[in-house]
Amino acid sequence: MPVYAATFMPTPLITATGLTKHFDDTIAVDGIDFHVDPGESFGFLGPNGAGKTSVMRMIGAVSPITAGELSVLGLDPRTEGPKLRARLGVVPQEDNLDQELTVTENLFMYGRYFGLPKAAIAERIKELLDFAQLTEKADSKVEALSGGMKRRLTIARGLINEPEMLILDEPTTGLDPQARHVLWDRLYRLKQQGVTLLITTHYMDEAEQLCDRLVIMDKGKIVGEGSPRSLIDQYSRPEVVELRFPAGVLEEIAERLEGLAPRVEVLADRALLYTDDADATVEKAHAEGLDPETVLVRRSTLEDVFLRFTGRTLDD
Amino acid sequence: MAIPLALRVAESEAKVYRRVWRGSIFSSFFNPILYLLAMGVGLGTLVDANLPTGLDGASYLNFLAPGLLAATAMQTGAGEGAWKVRAGVKWTRTYHAKLATPIGVPALVNGHMLWIGARVLMVSVVFAFVVVMFRVAPVWQSLAATVPALLVGVSMGAITTAFTTRTNSDAALPTFFRFVVIPMFLFSGAFFPITQLPGWMQPVAYVTPLFHGVQLCRAVMLGIPTVVDPWVSVTYLLALTAGGMALAMKPFREQLLP
Repeated sequence: MPVYAATFMPTPLITATGLTKHFDDTIAVDGIDFHVDPGESFGFLGPNGAGKTSVMRMIGAVSPITAGELSVLGLDPRTEGPKLRARLGVVPQEDNLDQELTVTENLFMYGRYFGLPKAAIAERIKELLDFAQLTEKADSKVEALSGGMKRRLTIARGLINEPEMLILDEPTTGLDPQARHVLWDRLYRLKQQGVTLLITTHYMDEAEQLCDRLVIMDKGKIVGEGSPRSLIDQYSRPEVVELRFPAGVLEEIAERLEGLAPRVEVLADRALLYTDDADATVEKAHAEGLDPETVLVRRSTLEDVFLRFTGRTLDD
Repeated sequence: MAIPLALRVAESEAKVYRRVWRGSIFSSFFNPILYLLAMGVGLGTLVDANLPTGLDGASYLNFLAPGLLAATAMQTGAGEGAWKVRAGVKWTRTYHAKLATPIGVPALVNGHMLWIGARVLMVSVVFAFVVVMFRVAPVWQSLAATVPALLVGVSMGAITTAFTTRTNSDAALPTFFRFVVIPMFLFSGAFFPITQLPGWMQPVAYVTPLFHGVQLCRAVMLGIPTVVDPWVSVTYLLALTAGGMALAMKPFREQLLP
């Protein structure tokens, strides 16, 4: 796998200017600007339908751009698609492994699509099976694999051509918590080896775990950008007090909540109080005579940043 | 560049086929035997008793064998063109996986057509041996007839591929077989001369690829003179192939590279 030394002023691997994608009369991506540096792990965070997958597909040269400029690895996806795809690894949202073939055969055929010599593929398959913890499943048919194994195989497949950048579209959606952690561990290893990762996710914890830098997307636009920590520091408060109330009560007491913390968000079933000192805020709430069903104190997360930008939670 | 990539697409289909080839070859062998026994020998005895000079000078078994070869090739092409494509685009999405590599839509279509050609040839060669078993024609003439069978199979594969890429509903494919493939199988001169058809249906038969495949197979296998100039038929089948492939390109792009 290629290893990139950090350089003083790296040339970006991706630059997008005014990148736009229309489908018939819907606007999937609405003129966004961003860049990705070599070796970094870059995330697109947003709810379903935010336009993340469309951006990934344009970068992967499998979806023509409607307007704007896009350069990936110094190539133009519009005119140099095959050359560009030869240097990328792609892990799509929906598994598209060949169900009829074994684990090894899937990797082998994929290597063939990249025009790699058979001996080189065989060598590479050994490494990748080990990396994906699938050595024991080498001759199993894909059908027989668990969801987590299939996803790891898809990642291994995306690495067969030693790509300069790996594109992962919602890599852990639909996986159980244990399978997610195994996958994160594998991706973390890749990151340490210097592979540039491009990740879309609607999981906050995933973005915080994996991304050096990310953009928050909503309705085709970028609404925030930075490292997970800096976004939280910049747009949220360190701690959050969640007060849960019975249905209907929140509307009545909304005004009384306002003074309790520097920022207050009132959702359908609970109020979020953004504060620098959670204990003091909880005390103030009790002093105000509020009687919530439950009180939860937690660290601020990207979810809170997203809420700040869009006024909605990610599950909406 | 495009040719080696297309070969790799065909190679991947061959890898999948390797898992099922025994059963597949077995049915390619027994289906013609059943048909030739039931219709060629069984029904043929009655036909021959009624027609002392034969059909174009041939016994019904001999008349049927090359026609059935062409019809089987046609059905094979249609089957590969329909289910393979729908699976690749929609069910298993393996076409999407291929297009994330240097393979593009032209290489995908070319490779898919190469594979259809390979499948049609396998089925036709097995059929040719059955023809020899039934003593319809000598080995080399039977094998030579696999060439026009290949033409008709590939042309129908291209037409079906174009149709499949242009529809999204899964019900469209069984409908296509019910209203296009099976009527063509029955009424394009494989089982009886198209002169037996009502007058208005005869021009329809002339337009079908199978009619041209049937008369070419009969000419090569048994030397029966063709109704239409054989080179017109060959050109027509090649044109249908090219046309089907060209028509498939745009919908493939729209579906796979939106």
